[in-house]
Amino acid sequence: MYELRKVDKKFPGVHALKAVDFKVNRGEIVGLVGENGAGKSTLMKVIYGAYQPDGGTITIDGTAVRFQNPRQAMEHGIGMVFQEQSLITNLTVMENIFLGYEAQFVKFGVIDWKAMAEAARRQLAKVKLDINPATITSELSFAQRQLIELAKVLTLEERIDGDLVILLDEPTSVLAKEEVELLFKLVRELTNRASFIFVSHRMDEVLDLSDRIYVMKDGEVVDVVDHDAAEVDAIQHKMVGRDVDKEYYREQKQQPYGDEVLVSFDTVSAGNRYKDISFDLHRGEVLCLVGTEGSGREAILRTIFGLQTPTSGQVTIKGQPISSFNARASVDLGVGYVPRERKVEGIVAGMNVYENMTLSQMQNYSNAGVLRTGEEKSLARTWIERLAIKTPNENKDCGGLSGGNQQKVVLAKWRSGGSDIILLDHPTRGLDIGAKEDVYEMIRAMCDDGAGIILVADTLEEAIGLSHTILVVKDGEFQKRFDGRPGDKPSLYDLVHHMI
Amino acid sequence: MADTMANATPAARFLTRDRIIKWAPLLVLGVLILLFPFFEWLEDIRAGEAHAYLIDSRFFSIRNAARIGIAAAPALMVAVGVTFIIIMGSIDLSMEGTVSVCAVIFAFAFLAWSGTVLSWAWLAIPAAMLVGAAMGFINGLVHVKLKIPSFMASLAMGFVGTGLALLLTGGDRTRVEDPIFRSLLTERWLNFPVMVYVAFAFLLIAWFIQSRTTLGRNFYAVGGGEELAHASGLNVERVRLMGFTLAGVFFAVGALLAVGRIGIAETATGNNFMFVSITAVVVGGTALWGGIGGVWNTLVGVLIVSVINNGMVVIGLPAYVQDAVLGILVILAVVLSTDRRSVSFVK
Repeated sequence: MYELRKVDKKFPGVHALKAVDFKVNRGEIVGLVGENGAGKSTLMKVIYGAYQPDGGTITIDGTAVRFQNPRQAMEHGIGMVFQEQSLITNLTVMENIFLGYEAQFVKFGVIDWKAMAEAARRQLAKVKLDINPATITSELSFAQRQLIELAKVLTLEERIDGDLVILLDEPTSVLAKEEVELLFKLVRELTNRASFIFVSHRMDEVLDLSDRIYVMKDGEVVDVVDHDAAEVDAIQHKMVGRDVDKEYYREQKQQPYGDEVLVSFDTVSAGNRYKDISFDLHRGEVLCLVGTEGSGREAILRTIFGLQTPTSGQVTIKGQPISSFNARASVDLGVGYVPRERKVEGIVAGMNVYENMTLSQMQNYSNAGVLRTGEEKSLARTWIERLAIKTPNENKDCGGLSGGNQQKVVLAKWRSGGSDIILLDHPTRGLDIGAKEDVYEMIRAMCDDGAGIILVADTLEEAIGLSHTILVVKDGEFQKRFDGRPGDKPSLYDLVHHMI
Repeated sequence: MADTMANATPAARFLTRDRIIKWAPLLVLGVLILLFPFFEWLEDIRAGEAHAYLIDSRFFSIRNAARIGIAAAPALMVAVGVTFIIIMGSIDLSMEGTVSVCAVIFAFAFLAWSGTVLSWAWLAIPAAMLVGAAMGFINGLVHVKLKIPSFMASLAMGFVGTGLALLLTGGDRTRVEDPIFRSLLTERWLNFPVMVYVAFAFLLIAWFIQSRTTLGRNFYAVGGGEELAHASGLNVERVRLMGFTLAGVFFAVGALLAVGRIGIAETATGNNFMFVSITAVVVGGTALWGGIGGVWNTLVGVLIVSVINNGMVVIGLPAYVQDAVLGILVILAVVLSTDRRSVSFVK
């Protein structure tokens, strides 16, 4: 009944969806799996109306539709249960359920709260949640809020004529095992009311719940598997696709790393972010943290950069035990951080190339607070040439550069200041292939210069191809360590096995 | 992006949205300067008097330009101070109180130390600037250390300042009649009084701070991305503290020029500076969410506001209409200069 045909979506530099065919039948639960960046979220956004496709058609029961926004999609029966919940926590449960649709309870300009509570109770009954609709949402557990989210989407049932399609985006990521089972039982029962699209990193859950599974990779649907024919191994191979290309990741340039330890973690924990993590990072080493979203990888990076204070254990940087964690101290010890959100934490849009490059080291380019702009500019020119940054000159606003070139500016910022502990969080996210290769080239060059690199890679292939050492973390705990000598690298399957 | 650029006509490529936004304030200023004489001309034609457009204009004359300069100079100093704060993405509403306190303390010290610049009384000038710095510093401390939003912290500090000024003066006016100090107004070079040149000199200092010092760079970094500034190892709290302190110094300079202009220091010396300075900064094109703009924008903004004020007097609009016009102007400036599709946090 709900069908996408040859749907295409392009962003500058990225072909996010390539002629995707996707179909949901009445009462069906459809699974959607793929690595980060495979196009799952883009596809979901197209389905619930947040993005408009560049090509292809969307039909509901054979009628072509086009949504300008999520509200229009909702009016056609497409509901979304968000991973990061969309409930407003300072409102009551019933206000949340009917947010934007209060008009049905208004009499003479006043809301009839009793009627709303009554209606809310009916919705809560659908998801078997027995709570007072006047409860403030923030008092509820996460699992309960998830159900309210679902109940909110189910109000569509009364409002529209056609069938419902409900998207569940990683609904189990923060639920306990029993809660997951309850949710699945509920979803199965609700298939008489709606169809579901279920997106999750947890392969076993997808296999368990879904009638059919779509496997995505690089913006394409590479396979559609029926529940009965589905096997974890086969799907995982489809997800990660081709074998790791040695040339692509500059494997021949991988040198053995040195003896000097740059960063050392000794059974370090940070609240519920990660527990008892130990490792050493050496000069010339690329150490990759592998795990799913929220497995604690980023929190470990943030600790080294002084942004997340650990609760126990000892962090040592260049032989110095760290007692107070702040970014300035880390920068002074030679730590450089290349964050995932380039626009938020990477470059200051509005400031030009040389201003961005010297941002972390202005003290080296100033006398008593007065900047030696000439020196800044010549530094910028050196690095523009060295990293082949595509910009007309060093005075250009960084916000106007392409993603790959912005990333080079960020790397130049740290490298030019002599940082030799480089933390890379998804350094190639959103870059096209050429720009990715430039980043790989830079990583090898930094290792040759004696820097140590901690990488959270965008894909597993990247992790395997680039690393000397791979640490797999899951739910904040260390799982397994792999050595990644050239010619003796772990396979994708080895890693995935320990991640999920 | 590259495709659309290639297809555009040369004119469209030249007149990009960014360029238009960047130069719009100057364009507006130019239009206003030509518009008021036109109103005058219409008025005189209707009254049956012979009048050549621009040449016979009372508005478009050196004498009136000097008048605008006198009105604009103190406001420019206050607006330049608050420009730094707005570039950081914060706001400072303490200017009225700070100006009053600085003016009153200056006058008291000046008179107590013999009342002429040709004695130790000149020390009252740096003293007033120190008082401004201290007020700004406290303002910054309250904002940064007590983690109170800057608009609230500074508004409260402003009231403290006004109250303090009233306490000191008991509501009285203090006259500063030293002819040398008053030469700020009375001495003219090339038809413009000294205070206009003083204001311009401080504008150049502000420009130097903005463009050539680490502090200025830090203001833009904090305003452009506080997270990033922090992640680059900048001490964001310290930058904010110094920003508010610097703003306090410029408020003090504004206070000195205001006293020089009318020869009186009182609690009311600070009146009206808040609205005029914030209006000027915004109209000049400095973005309220930080990171964009600068002191030259503020100069244009102050001139726009002053020209409108002056022009309305010249063409004889009632005084109370002027505030309404300025209010509408602020809204227009924000509407025109903001790409509101990209700003989702309108609160």
